[in-house]
Amino acid sequence: MLLGPALAISAVLFTLGVAGVLLRRNAIVIFMCVELMLNAVNLTFVALAQRIGVGGQVFVFFVMAVAAAEAAVGLAIILAVYRHKQTVNLQNINILKG
Amino acid sequence: MTLTFFWIFGVIAMAGGLLCITRRNPVGSALWLVVTLFALAAMYVMLDAQFIAALQVLVYAGAIMVLFLFVIMLLNLGRPGPTDIKGPVGVGIAALLAGTLLLQLRVLGQAAPPEAITLPEGTMAALQQQGMVAAVANPLFDAYLIPFEITSLLLLAAIVGAVVLAKRKL
Repeated sequence: MLLGPALAISAVLFTLGVAGVLLRRNAIVIFMCVELMLNAVNLTFVALAQRIGVGGQVFVFFVMAVAAAEAAVGLAIILAVYRHKQTVNLQNINILKG
Repeated sequence: MTLTFFWIFGVIAMAGGLLCITRRNPVGSALWLVVTLFALAAMYVMLDAQFIAALQVLVYAGAIMVLFLFVIMLLNLGRPGPTDIKGPVGVGIAALLAGTLLLQLRVLGQAAPPEAITLPEGTMAALQQQGMVAAVANPLFDAYLIPFEITSLLLLAAIVGAVVLAKRKL
């Protein structure tokens, strides 16, 4: 069965996504790392759907819809911030700081 | 045989993810992420999820990543500049936290699903006979009908939100 390898690869991919979020300062790259984490979870859903039932694949469908909506709104926010600050480096975006 | 190919694509996916988070150029990061997404689509096929694999290529690699590349190029971030990767202290903290998380996830991954909820042998093969599109679509319009309708509302809200945020003046 492929369940064991799939869970291992999914764990590594999720960890890489978390490491990317902690490591980078570019808002767009951090956003891509979040997509990587979503994909790692999708792999877990699909791997377990093979054993438990096709409902896992339906959930992957919903995750993809939410990811698409998130990408559209998130990138629009990044565009708006860039227009305001002329940068996407999170070090320079600190207008919420007191 | 399938296991070998599964591991090959798994290694491709992990290498793509690693290169995605370490490339300085955001365009390079995005393209390595596309490699990861394609490898994941191949793994979905091996896990009896052909419909999800097609969606992965169409929606993720096709639509979402093009949106990312579009914004990167729109903001002209592809030019070489100072790196945005944090210094040695940041790398150390990230490696420590990520390593801890990986250990925890691996321990969780050892647990197999309990016997009571696993499907009887051959259920997936029977579903394969009628095609995975029907197997995924039937629960979508039956047990998951209300979440499905709420998804359409979510997408509408996302469209309106993106237009409002991206427009200079309404």
